[in-house]
Amino acid sequence: MDALLQQFFNFDIMMQASPIILRGFGMTLLLCLVVIPMGLLGGLAVALASLSPIRAVRWTTIVFVDLFRAIPPLALLIFVSAGLPFADIRISPFAAVCISFLLNNSAYYGEIYRSGIESIGSGQTDASRSTGLSATQTMAYVILPQAVRNVLPDLVSNTVEVVKLTSLASVVAFAELLYAADMARSVTYNASPITFAAVLYLIVLWPVVRLLSRLENKIEN
Amino acid sequence: MSYGKLEVLRGIDIDVMPSELVFVIGPSGSGKSTFLRCCNRLEEPATGEIIVDGTSITARGADLNAIRRRIGMVFQSFNLYPHLTAGGNVMLALRKVLGKPKAEARLIAEAALDRVGLADKIDNYPNQLSGGQQQRAAIARALALEPKIMLFDEPTSALDPELVGDVLNVMAELKKAGMTMVVVSHEMRFAKAAADRVIFMDGGVIVEQGAPADLFANPQHQRTRDFVRQVEH
Repeated sequence: MDALLQQFFNFDIMMQASPIILRGFGMTLLLCLVVIPMGLLGGLAVALASLSPIRAVRWTTIVFVDLFRAIPPLALLIFVSAGLPFADIRISPFAAVCISFLLNNSAYYGEIYRSGIESIGSGQTDASRSTGLSATQTMAYVILPQAVRNVLPDLVSNTVEVVKLTSLASVVAFAELLYAADMARSVTYNASPITFAAVLYLIVLWPVVRLLSRLENKIEN
Repeated sequence: MSYGKLEVLRGIDIDVMPSELVFVIGPSGSGKSTFLRCCNRLEEPATGEIIVDGTSITARGADLNAIRRRIGMVFQSFNLYPHLTAGGNVMLALRKVLGKPKAEARLIAEAALDRVGLADKIDNYPNQLSGGQQQRAAIARALALEPKIMLFDEPTSALDPELVGDVLNVMAELKKAGMTMVVVSHEMRFAKAAADRVIFMDGGVIVEQGAPADLFANPQHQRTRDFVRQVEH
């Protein structure tokens, strides 16, 4: 029992590692602030493309979505960061993470938006168009606000997944939270920094997960 | 007008006069709603021409959005925007299509809602309104754009019987104020009281038309006789 506490809950080691871990935590937050809005916007573009009246656009979108939902995000990240240099394109680990997350997240967020948009009856479009709003205005002011509200729990749930997936960036040596914690672990030969990192993830995500449960209950009622 | 190979409307040729209230009746599937939806091109007629207030709306390059805001439409299922208040529903096109500033749009919305007896509901959401109130708010939404003509697609069919009267009263007021109206409905008593002309449609064609007194009392075609007898009992 004592060994377990020593190995996983060693407060002194956590304190020692805290500067590097907190810096990693900052990088994780930064990464989230970049990849989540990018994914939400990319997903919206994917959803709109998947509902395009032009068949070629719809089909291309289906291929895009299928492809990037089927490829494991870690494989995609390694492919982008290790593969692009062979095409003489040199990018930073941060850029590699952003690109692979954009591809993966756009596919997932896109499917969520699409199901939301499809949940809105055609009567809403009839009413909007009959008052002279254009197709674009109808989407922006009538359909999307309702669609987003209908799929808000799914959007939040996917966002929680994205936050957790940012730890993949450690594989390409981007110094985010898990990377920093693992560095500290290998230097101290002690797993307590990992525990520290897990607690930080928990502090950020637990309120969001709580909110999600409440949202889901609210929609069920 | 056709869906694929199925022709829904054939040889529809009618003129609606200013301030006229034309009532369209007929069995379900007779094409009356499709006819109405062609009038603002929510449905695309395959051939033919539709002219509203001197402008051809079927012409190549016609500015549909400009034309549509002068053609008000009221739907069977109201189709209010559930995420906006009654006032917000009325104001959306005023703001985004006509580009009115917020304060002015609000004043117009207040006047339009007042006209349908809902002045006190401007900040209520659709789910806080009864069916009849929702339909009146939908009428206000169309009226606020000062349309030249109003199209009503079975405006009372989704309402509980006790709420039908309020909506019909609003429509009668509009008629009195000189609005041009085309109404698809089964409210025969309202047709007799308010319509200038009744059109009976069946199988995608106009079977006969005439003043309500004539058409109801003395229908010329067997199909009209059968239908009038059915709905009057």
